[in-house]
Amino acid sequence: MQPTSHAFKANVDKALGDATLQTALGLAMLGFGPKRRSAVERLPEFEALREEGRRIKNQTLEHLDYYLETFERNVTRWGGKVHWCRTPGEAREAVLAICRSVDAKTVTKGKSMIAEEIALNDFLEENKITPVETDLGEYIIQLRHEPPSHLIAPAFHLLKEQVADVFRSSHTELDPARSLVEPRVLCDEAREILRPKFLAADVGITGANCLVAETGSSIIVTNEGNGDLTQTLPKIHIVLASLEKIVPTLEDATTILRLLARSATGQEFSTYTTMSTGPRRDGDLDGPEQYHVILLDNGRSAMLGTEFQDMLRCIRCAACINHCPVFSAVGGHAYGWVYPGPMGSVLTPKLVGVAEAGHLPNASTFCGRCESVCPVKIPLPKMMRHWREREFEQKLSPAPYRFGLSAWAFLATRPALYQALTGVAMRVLAAFGKRRGHFRSLPLAGGWTSVRDMPAPQGRSFQSLWAERQKAKAGR
Amino acid sequence: MSGREDILGGIRKALKRGPLDAAAAAVLDARLAAPARNLIPARATSLDHPGQVELFVAMAEEVQTTVDRVAALADVPQAVAAYLASENLPADLVASPDPVLDDIPWAERPMLRLRRGKAEGGDKVGLTPAFAAVAETGTLMLISGPQNPTTINFLPDTHIVVLRADQIVASYEDGWTLLRQRQAAAGDAALPRTVNFITGPSRTGDIEQRMQLGAHGPRRLHIVLVGDGAAERPAGERPG
Amino acid sequence: MPEQPIRVGLFVTCLVDLFRPTVGFAAVKLLEDCGCIVEVPRAQTCCGQPSYNSGDRADTKAIARQVIAAFAGFDYVVAPSGSCAGMIRSHYPELFADEPEMATQVQHLAQRTYELVSFLTDVMGVTGVAARYDGIATYHDACSGLRELGVKDQPRRLLRSVAGLKIAELPGAEICCGFGGTFCIKYPAISDRMVGDKATEIVATGADTLLAGDLGCLLNMAGKLTRRGTAVRVRHVAEVLAGMTDEVLPIGAPDEAVS
Ligand code: SF4
Repeated sequence: MQPTSHAFKANVDKALGDATLQTALGLAMLGFGPKRRSAVERLPEFEALREEGRRIKNQTLEHLDYYLETFERNVTRWGGKVHWCRTPGEAREAVLAICRSVDAKTVTKGKSMIAEEIALNDFLEENKITPVETDLGEYIIQLRHEPPSHLIAPAFHLLKEQVADVFRSSHTELDPARSLVEPRVLCDEAREILRPKFLAADVGITGANCLVAETGSSIIVTNEGNGDLTQTLPKIHIVLASLEKIVPTLEDATTILRLLARSATGQEFSTYTTMSTGPRRDGDLDGPEQYHVILLDNGRSAMLGTEFQDMLRCIRCAACINHCPVFSAVGGHAYGWVYPGPMGSVLTPKLVGVAEAGHLPNASTFCGRCESVCPVKIPLPKMMRHWREREFEQKLSPAPYRFGLSAWAFLATRPALYQALTGVAMRVLAAFGKRRGHFRSLPLAGGWTSVRDMPAPQGRSFQSLWAERQKAKAGR
Repeated sequence: MSGREDILGGIRKALKRGPLDAAAAAVLDARLAAPARNLIPARATSLDHPGQVELFVAMAEEVQTTVDRVAALADVPQAVAAYLASENLPADLVASPDPVLDDIPWAERPMLRLRRGKAEGGDKVGLTPAFAAVAETGTLMLISGPQNPTTINFLPDTHIVVLRADQIVASYEDGWTLLRQRQAAAGDAALPRTVNFITGPSRTGDIEQRMQLGAHGPRRLHIVLVGDGAAERPAGERPG
Repeated sequence: MPEQPIRVGLFVTCLVDLFRPTVGFAAVKLLEDCGCIVEVPRAQTCCGQPSYNSGDRADTKAIARQVIAAFAGFDYVVAPSGSCAGMIRSHYPELFADEPEMATQVQHLAQRTYELVSFLTDVMGVTGVAARYDGIATYHDACSGLRELGVKDQPRRLLRSVAGLKIAELPGAEICCGFGGTFCIKYPAISDRMVGDKATEIVATGADTLLAGDLGCLLNMAGKLTRRGTAVRVRHVAEVLAGMTDEVLPIGAPDEAVS
């Protein structure tokens, strides 16, 4: 997927002006906060579990090489294979080679953000292999040829009427006059259409929520059961995972899972949590004959030891996204690449470059709600600030803005000059603004007054009034 | 350099060290060999076993699992037949070839037709035992094996699970412990290809965030819960 | 009450200094009412947030050094702003993490710095104020105070002691108003949407007054409320707690006396 993060401002204007999108966003965003909150309130240990999650992830990162090697050893022991891939290109080629080895025609896919990151679908199609998304949301956006707008609810930017439209135009074998008003009906239709595709697929590709070093297993979490059909029915199961998904033991994975569903959807536990280890065993009646793990780095190992290391704890629960006021206003597509919201604002500049995605870490008020809900306590605002620092160091921020900042800092470190100048400025403003009490427009403050009034200052500065008061007191 | 060496080298460089020395690796090996439990919520662990059974049922029902409690295995055929009739479902079932199900007197209900084996696309009702169940969230734990094909858990529209109350444990961790005990008892360390934790029937909220049951997996998850678990489990068999 | 009266250095904050000195005097009154001696170092301007949040670490440090020097030696440092207090309390230590020789000074300052209302309640044990305000107020929790400093219940507790005042809780009070310092001018479209939603919710409470503890957010919300032509009176919580609402018109309100 070609990033459009550089066009963030234009994307934002488009999103804010899109009435359908705004209705869908409004509907969807309402539920996330309260659902998470009630799940959290039901579990008194939740805060302590967040701390545990943070600790487990940190300790794992300290020995990442060891755990990855152990993981590989155990995958191999159970007859699977790990493919170490430095870049998206290597990962795509590895998938293609496996598909070609069985002359695959169609591939079913469970939801995988790594597949989005490496733009796998386009690549498979170019190579005459048909990818079929099976998560309902992913299926809908695949039909619409658009990227996901959310980590866990990829089609949440759509209204049911839009889903009905794309089903009617895509499922041409069905009666065009059928009623598609109810979500129930839409859901059943997708089930009917996708069932034979599950059964016919040559290869099934899933993501992974955790990789377990102790056992060489991958764990996926779904509510639909699509991931399970995807990985059980075809001859080959390919797992796409980035390397920070690794945890040492089943117990560690369990702690992460306790945090995941509650943070993501507010469920106590997702419907299906499935651990897979290797291909089918001797005597098994079903299950894949081959099990492959595509282990993607794509810049992650280089985040270790940097100010962005904490981001490697991310478990992709989307809580930060669901609680972000900027995301709630503009939705996921405005961010212009695979990962939206606060976690995307930290990760995207790393993965596509700060020149492309510099807006994202800037488009935050640092309200801190993301960090306060993150199940592994990632200091997201702090890391967005680190991006701003890099941008500032590299002089990527706009010149007038930089000039304004230095002027402010120059004054702010010279209190006497500052007080003299600002004192005059405020008196002038106050004199002009007194009657109305606010300004409808102000020179040099168009960013402010284009959308709201600027309240007028009272007049004198506190410092000057205070000095007078002190003088009067002393003179008394 | 290969991707593998490159990635591992990059990690070590970032961590400012070379490969772990033998002593450091031995410490981590030992941790993996005897996995420690992290914090486990008190919700289920603080209860006695009957309390855990009640909690399991309540949590399962909260996520639209239906639970029918019967006194003994002998009551299962009647319960299954009654459930199928009440839901207007056919009496043809695909059932796992697990010998646990052989102990049930199916012949007493000749109307029920059980086919033993893996599920096919057309199967409407699946019947399986479970390996364990977790009270904390009303979650079933199923494992794959020659006698337990995974497809039965997902392909049919309706999944019926026969669960003994004494199989209910407090936490997922207890489930892992049982799994490890099973491996040890089997004389090898073979893990099943698949472990399924199942918490309610399949669902999706992908259209306008409105919950629909039966997205791709079963629309109905029905548990026939056998016994009250009070006397059946010797204390020594408790996971812990 | 301790033998020695407590000496408090007031960090006025740049916005209060320039836009709304009455908030500074309200803070002084509240602090003096509970027995503190208040001093206002002359060598203060800004806490450095605009530079800090723009990635300009060098200038931030220069400004921070000035604050650290100006406020050395007080028992406590108090600011009528969760955002500026949070900057000193939570971010200064991080800013100087690479200068071990600064560590003691910075830690010392950080630990003694408080947001005004939480200082009154949590440190001074104030449980009520002798003030009157006739109206129905709704309260917005400014982000830094709420999430960096845990200011949530404290202002509500004190407001409940104000005679004549009723509180109508604001749904979504914990959601950002869209100010965000330079954010609101760099991304006006998003900011507009956020402050617009906020204004709608404020009006829907039926309250005649909006209170908060941070002037930046208040200017933002007041600006939107007047732009929409609503009559909601906007004030810093300190003005109400100090009983000083007669001394100054609500933020952004027209002065009927001037013609
Ligand atoms: S950053 Fe935290 S809250 Fe956001 S997706 Fe990752 S783990 Fe979840």
